[in-house]
Amino acid sequence: MYEQIASNIRRSWLVIIIFSIFVLFLGYIFGELTQLGYGGVFLAALIAIFMSWTGYYHSDKIVLAMSRARPIEKDEYPYLYNVIEGLAIAAGVHTPKMYVIDDSAPNAFATGRDPEHSAIAVTTGLLEKLNRLELEGVIAHEMSHIKNYDIRLASLAVVMVGIIALLSDWLLRSFWWGGRKRDEGGRELGGILALVGLILAILAPLIAQLMRLALSRQREYLADVSGTMLTRYPEGLASALAKLTMDREPLEVANKATAHLYIVNPLKDISGAINNLFNTHPPIDERIKRLRALTFEKNIK
Amino acid sequence: MYLYPVFLIVIVLLAFVFISIYNRFVQLRNRIENAWAQIDVQLKRRYDLIPNLVETVKGYAAHEKEVFEKVTQARAQAINASNVGSQAQAENMLTGTLKTLFAVAEAYPELKTNQNFLMLQEELSGTESKIAYARQFYNDEVMKLNTMLHAFPSNIVGSLFGFKEKEYFEIEEVSREPVEVQF
Repeated sequence: MYEQIASNIRRSWLVIIIFSIFVLFLGYIFGELTQLGYGGVFLAALIAIFMSWTGYYHSDKIVLAMSRARPIEKDEYPYLYNVIEGLAIAAGVHTPKMYVIDDSAPNAFATGRDPEHSAIAVTTGLLEKLNRLELEGVIAHEMSHIKNYDIRLASLAVVMVGIIALLSDWLLRSFWWGGRKRDEGGRELGGILALVGLILAILAPLIAQLMRLALSRQREYLADVSGTMLTRYPEGLASALAKLTMDREPLEVANKATAHLYIVNPLKDISGAINNLFNTHPPIDERIKRLRALTFEKNIK
Repeated sequence: MYLYPVFLIVIVLLAFVFISIYNRFVQLRNRIENAWAQIDVQLKRRYDLIPNLVETVKGYAAHEKEVFEKVTQARAQAINASNVGSQAQAENMLTGTLKTLFAVAEAYPELKTNQNFLMLQEELSGTESKIAYARQFYNDEVMKLNTMLHAFPSNIVGSLFGFKEKEYFEIEEVSREPVEVQF
């Protein structure tokens, strides 16, 4: 548990450092290609500092805004409010801020930088489709992410790695499809963009690999198990996961950068090599199997 | 000649280990006190909800006097309990009478459409599960503290600074179940 926290804090710094090196490298290339020279590196350094600061202190707000989550009052969802408060007591952490996403696809995520600055967001679909025990299972899973500092690493990854990934995706596409539209005046700039796009295209799988490394599937299993330590009822989460995986509706506000935050992959019909690289979720069947094994062990005793 | 710096390093390391163990003790003790206070907060919240609940149900089922009296009596007993043991007993009784109250409420369909009743019911079951979670957390932390007091080398630090074992919060398994909320 304590090693887990230490490792997450270490990895968070690693993400920041690698991201900064990457941005500086891009700045260097940019400076070489244009007449900026070292100005490019300087510009990149400014960007890297700004992005790291934003990523560390404000990634939760960015993530919540990206997911169109709105804060709730107790009067509106007393049921959810009580469940979250109860599990925060069970975990011995501050009560996280609570958000709801108006979407009928059942899913949930936690974000923030530490247990004192954390938030849990659930979709309205989750509240409709799960019973209390299942909802407690899901919230306990998220509470474990908060307690383990998984949220810091995962939220940083959204802002740093995710943005690079989205950018490379976008640049690559404009590189493929934008070629014909280029006119005389834009040739030079277009050429630079194409080159940057090409570099990013080569680096994108590496970045995706980095993301997978940072957010190993192991931590989902871990959150499942330590969540169960809070509810003492593995079947709640197991049957919630079964329900979530049966639901084929994709969550519209989720994208490649935020998908790894959710308890189950919100991009349902993914396929193709790139998407597989981004698949940070372990197979649900395996998660359910492990949870049910916990139930079984308990029965033997 | 080389002994002196080696000796110094060992002393510094030992001091470091001692300090971190001591800090862990302090942290656990504070958490246990906090958890205990949290249990009290939730118990009090439960006591506060009950009169409202009784009043609301009374509005629909005035003649079920016996049940109301029992609930009120059990609540008073729990509030006035002088020690942990008698409080636990009174709490069990209170949980039991509340179950009867909700069972009685079952017979009045109009109650189930009363927003106030539904809210009180949700609050009560929410509070019950919070009490259970607070106790669970309390017991977990007590276990950590007691383990440290027995395990080497933390037991040396513990006895040196007079940290005491804490008692577990024992309670009948039945009372851990929240009040039935099914309609």
